[in-house]
Amino acid sequence: MINNEMIRVLLADDDKEDRTDFIEAFEALKMKTSVQTVNDGLELMQYLKDPSAVIPHLLFLDLNMPKKTGLECLMEIKQMDKLKDLTVVIYSTSSSEKDIEATFLNGANVYLKKPAHLSFLKKTLSHILTINWQYHTSGLNRDNFLLQV
Amino acid sequence: MIYFLKYDIQAICKRLIQGELEHTGLKYSLINANELDINQTLSNEDLKALNSNLMKLGIEIMSSQKSILVQKTKKAIIDLINLDDKLSLCKTSHHLAKTLNHDYRYLSRVFSEVTYTTIENYIILQKIEKAKEMIACNELTFTEIAWRLNYSSVGHFSMQFKNTTGFTPSLFKRIILQRRDNTILEAIEN
Repeated sequence: MINNEMIRVLLADDDKEDRTDFIEAFEALKMKTSVQTVNDGLELMQYLKDPSAVIPHLLFLDLNMPKKTGLECLMEIKQMDKLKDLTVVIYSTSSSEKDIEATFLNGANVYLKKPAHLSFLKKTLSHILTINWQYHTSGLNRDNFLLQV
Repeated sequence: MIYFLKYDIQAICKRLIQGELEHTGLKYSLINANELDINQTLSNEDLKALNSNLMKLGIEIMSSQKSILVQKTKKAIIDLINLDDKLSLCKTSHHLAKTLNHDYRYLSRVFSEVTYTTIENYIILQKIEKAKEMIACNELTFTEIAWRLNYSSVGHFSMQFKNTTGFTPSLFKRIILQRRDNTILEAIEN
């Protein structure tokens, strides 16, 4: 009955500071979110493959991670049936066009370049959540959900 | 002797709501203390009755009227974009106010409250979504798409597309078509 559903967010990032910033940015938003984090790609895949895992609405994925890179995770995720509709946001410092295009070709929905300032991160996250929310509630075609910020 | 009490507010609220709903005979599930899923659409009277009973406990069903209005607004916007009616597309605020029979300022305020975005942004988003669909069909040129969606020029269309998605229309097209080819290839390989 209530339209302000809790948005579940999962972040995979090996940088502790980035994770802290990320959580702080989410806490400042007016949307209700619950944020969880994992520290690398391996941990992420273990989490998602657990049959009892609560699947997040959005996954923020760092590209450059030890053990398993973000791109490897992305490719695995897109092969998993139960995760096909998961919105994948690539969250990376790289601005190489090749990196960016490769992630989209492999099924990423959003490419978010890690912003230098927390205030900008807040604004950008809010923008991404709003658009993702529209895809959830307005019956938009998720195949066409591509966004670069 | 004074004893101190500790509360689990969520549990208390759930118990209260359950207590109230038990005698209505409605089938429902409580997603959490803030979200109630009723397995049927309530008539306006039933909803009012339920709400007023809950209000006695200090609980209120939030903005259901408002979300209905937002749904209607969204539908009117999508219809408008699909209708291909250039004249109404020029004056959306006027058209929405007339179709939904509400002052535009009211519509706009309720819309922002419920969706966290504005009607204007929603219209842009929907137009861009429509454009994406047309691009993915690969039948129309960008100029034709711009014209169909009532942009003054292909330049204006491209700019709004870029501002909304971060992609130029041509890069978007390349990625979407390439992705589709990949899926087809995978299907053949399997």
